[in-house]
Amino acid sequence: MLKKLFNSSIGRKIAMALSGIFLIVFLTQHFLINITSVFSDSLFNWLSHFMGTNPLVQFVLQPILIAGVLFHFVMGFVLDYQNRKARPVSYAVFSGSKNSLMVSRYMILSGAVILSFLGLHFYDFWIPEMEYKYIEFKPDDPNRYHHELVEKFQDPTKVVFYCISFVFLALHLVHGLASSTQSLGTSNRYSSLIKKISYSFGIFIPLGFCFIAIYHFLSH
Amino acid sequence: MKIWRQKNSKEKGKIVNYEIDEISEDMSFLEMMDVLNEKIVLDGGDPVAFDHDCREGICGSCSMFINGEPHGPDRGVTTCQLHMRKFKDGDTIYIEPFRSRAFPIIKDLVVDRTAFDRIQQAGGYISINTSGNTLDANTIPVEKENADKAFDAATCIGCGACVATCKNSSAMLFVSAKVSQFALLPQGKVEATDRVLNMVKQMDLEGFGNCTNTGACHVECPKGISLDYIAKLNTEYAKASLKK
Repeated sequence: MLKKLFNSSIGRKIAMALSGIFLIVFLTQHFLINITSVFSDSLFNWLSHFMGTNPLVQFVLQPILIAGVLFHFVMGFVLDYQNRKARPVSYAVFSGSKNSLMVSRYMILSGAVILSFLGLHFYDFWIPEMEYKYIEFKPDDPNRYHHELVEKFQDPTKVVFYCISFVFLALHLVHGLASSTQSLGTSNRYSSLIKKISYSFGIFIPLGFCFIAIYHFLSH
Repeated sequence: MKIWRQKNSKEKGKIVNYEIDEISEDMSFLEMMDVLNEKIVLDGGDPVAFDHDCREGICGSCSMFINGEPHGPDRGVTTCQLHMRKFKDGDTIYIEPFRSRAFPIIKDLVVDRTAFDRIQQAGGYISINTSGNTLDANTIPVEKENADKAFDAATCIGCGACVATCKNSSAMLFVSAKVSQFALLPQGKVEATDRVLNMVKQMDLEGFGNCTNTGACHVECPKGISLDYIAKLNTEYAKASLKK
């Protein structure tokens, strides 16, 4: 039943939408935790320590998240490959800009930039965290997180790269959120409202992440 | 004009340049093509092959990709309803066939769109008793809103502009219209589950690409088929898959 569903083009589209919405939920909670670093060191440390030590988060939610990220990226590239195969000879003239938004036509490009950003982000935060806890077995320090975060954003090149990546994240989100609701069958009756929500969310969250990176760079 | 010329499905094609003048702005695009072909024939050449039939926007035969858009720069019209007043004197016009792996080129601008026929044959119909005991369709009440939506979906002429303009060559708008026009009516609900499963299966077998909701298909559709039907197709298909 489910195998049949996800073996079809519509099933894969629904799976992409569901994994995308799952990642949007994760991104929202990530932002809500990170923004606390701007106004309260102690609250940020407490939240980070909770997320970093809670067994449910560490051993259930974290693997689900990694699986969700991998699925979304792998499926995105597989679908793009299939789509390219569906038109073996390109048009000499193709006026895509007359009938669709550029962000909707270049989701694979914005996705690839986000993927390369994730590589850097994992190298910066996730891998050192895993080393700290599960390889070096360093002593538990609930007050280290804010200091570590600020330290990462002292390199201007990194701040610029992060901000560029957030621009691509915004481009991906403004189409991605509206598109995922369409894939899940939302009526066009709500499309205007959904577009407004997509644009607001897609611009606000990446802008917020940019603000956090720049704030820590400038204030320390 | 820069027109795609290809002798047959096997040989490679190329863009060939033609110049044409004294074209009235009141001519339809196909009339201009007729004039061009007359000129080519008088010069001893092979006329440009292109599909056409009713020339009034109903049959869905004409299938040219003009200046980067199916059916040209006008909205809500087929190529046969496009007029030369939409172009300026001295313009260069690119004319290509609808391009998709599922629509192989037969000759020049003529493509094989029987993939759409096979999708229709897979379930785009309602089975009825034709032995003389057929129930008059008008005896079954249909909610006005659903009747209107079913009618709108049924206006799809199956021209293939949606596939041609989609960057992924997806046939989702066509299939969604054909599924919805029946799924919205009481007569169509009996076979709704098998219909959507079989039509989508056939669509995937034909080698069309995946829908990424760019919305280009709706903009370029000569009948303005709504993206709402794609959303309906998605839910119909998900429900049917969970049932079977």
